[in-house]
Amino acid sequence: MDFQDNQNLIDNKEEKLLESVELILEVKNLTVSFGEEKVVDNLSFNLKKGENVAIMGPNGAGKTVLLKALLDILPYQGEIKWSENAKISYVPQKILPEKNLPLSVEEFFKMKKAGREQAKEALASVGITDERFLKKMIGTISSGQLQRVLVAWGLVGNPDVLLFDEPTAGIDIGGEETIFNLLNKIEKERNLSIILVTHDMSVVYGFADSVLCLNKKLICHGSPAEALGQDSLKKIYGEGVTFYKHEH
Amino acid sequence: MFIGGAAGYVGSLMATKKMSLVGDVLSHIALPGIGLGLLYGINISLGALASLILGIMLIWILSLKTELSMESLVGVVFVLSLAVGFLITPQEELLDALFGNISAVAMSDAVVAVFISIVVFIAARMIYSKMMLAYVSEDLALASGVKINKYNLIYLFLIAAVVAFGIKVGGTLLTSAMIIVPAAVARNASRNMRQYSWLSVIVGIASAIAGFAVFPFLAERFGLSVVAIGPIIILASIVFFAVSLLFKKR
Repeated sequence: MDFQDNQNLIDNKEEKLLESVELILEVKNLTVSFGEEKVVDNLSFNLKKGENVAIMGPNGAGKTVLLKALLDILPYQGEIKWSENAKISYVPQKILPEKNLPLSVEEFFKMKKAGREQAKEALASVGITDERFLKKMIGTISSGQLQRVLVAWGLVGNPDVLLFDEPTAGIDIGGEETIFNLLNKIEKERNLSIILVTHDMSVVYGFADSVLCLNKKLICHGSPAEALGQDSLKKIYGEGVTFYKHEH
Repeated sequence: MFIGGAAGYVGSLMATKKMSLVGDVLSHIALPGIGLGLLYGINISLGALASLILGIMLIWILSLKTELSMESLVGVVFVLSLAVGFLITPQEELLDALFGNISAVAMSDAVVAVFISIVVFIAARMIYSKMMLAYVSEDLALASGVKINKYNLIYLFLIAAVVAFGIKVGGTLLTSAMIIVPAAVARNASRNMRQYSWLSVIVGIASAIAGFAVFPFLAERFGLSVVAIGPIIILASIVFFAVSLLFKKR
């Protein structure tokens, strides 16, 4: 048996494995083009229920575009199939409301039909318990708080899937907690799938069940340890990139 | 007065930078319609409305077909309308068209204006929160299923309606001010969306009332042909604006 046959065997086995679990998302031959340019090129992957996926890739690799296609806010070719009744929520990259935007945190939640109690509950999930916070103007809270508010906003309505566009791991969201701890906590409490775009390797290794590396085409897909071998890293980011994994 | 309130309300939605120029300039697009209305003796509000809708459709189609920004397209359509408007508006009526003339407002006009204002107010109220969300983050709005393009178009039509019926009072130059200034006042003084939207309405109405209150004195003194009510209403709202600056937070 030569190498190729072996590979096929492994692939078949993997496919069978995938079939046995409930899928929440199937993507087949997804292509997104801006004019002539293919920003996402012929992408296929599946997502199991409860699985956390990190999407990685250099700038311009089509990560955000992929998220937007998954949200159905960009036109695409190919097939994106969410499981029935899957509730999907989106946490965008940082937004920058003007300082004097006349909009309170409470009203921001109302836009998602969330009443005061729901807003309070969602905010509690992200560690904001001060009730006065609801009255604050959204343009005046710190960027860390804003990040928390956006996550809380995404949690309203108890989604099954949270799409997360580059939560900056370094951002100080207050106290010792990082956005990554926060995600872990939410994921455990609420039993949802999180798909997140990130550059941060520590998030990938510590949080994700699987990794999708993207550079317009799909470069690798699998558990962080197997997918992020030296070869794939070179393929995504070019030669000379090494990542030192901390062993604990 | 009703127009003032409705104008203030839709104006408050114009918080968006992208839209503010659009709305401002929109009122000038009414000019050719006014000109035609005057030439052929049609109600100028209807003429204005017709040319506004035509202008909006033109901007809309161009923005979908070309990569140009809404601002530049509005700019092009704006100067086009202005040029055409100046050419066809009879010279002696030009001032009225630009600055408004309250004595040209008949009772039937007023009734229609009140009705339109209420319709606009209700419609604006329905799209308010979605427009605001789109302003905070377009992606978030789209992901929440808000059809931004659709709402923007509805919004443009609402402005068009306000402009068309405010135009007899304020003229093309000043009607846009009736939309923008109350919102600016409210923005200075409010801490949340509820305060903001209501304050815009109140300032819009108050400016109109103040304008109507002061107008007779000035008209008596200087003559009706000299004094137009539009500028007085605008000046009243500017006074509110000055006061609101004093209250501005920080």
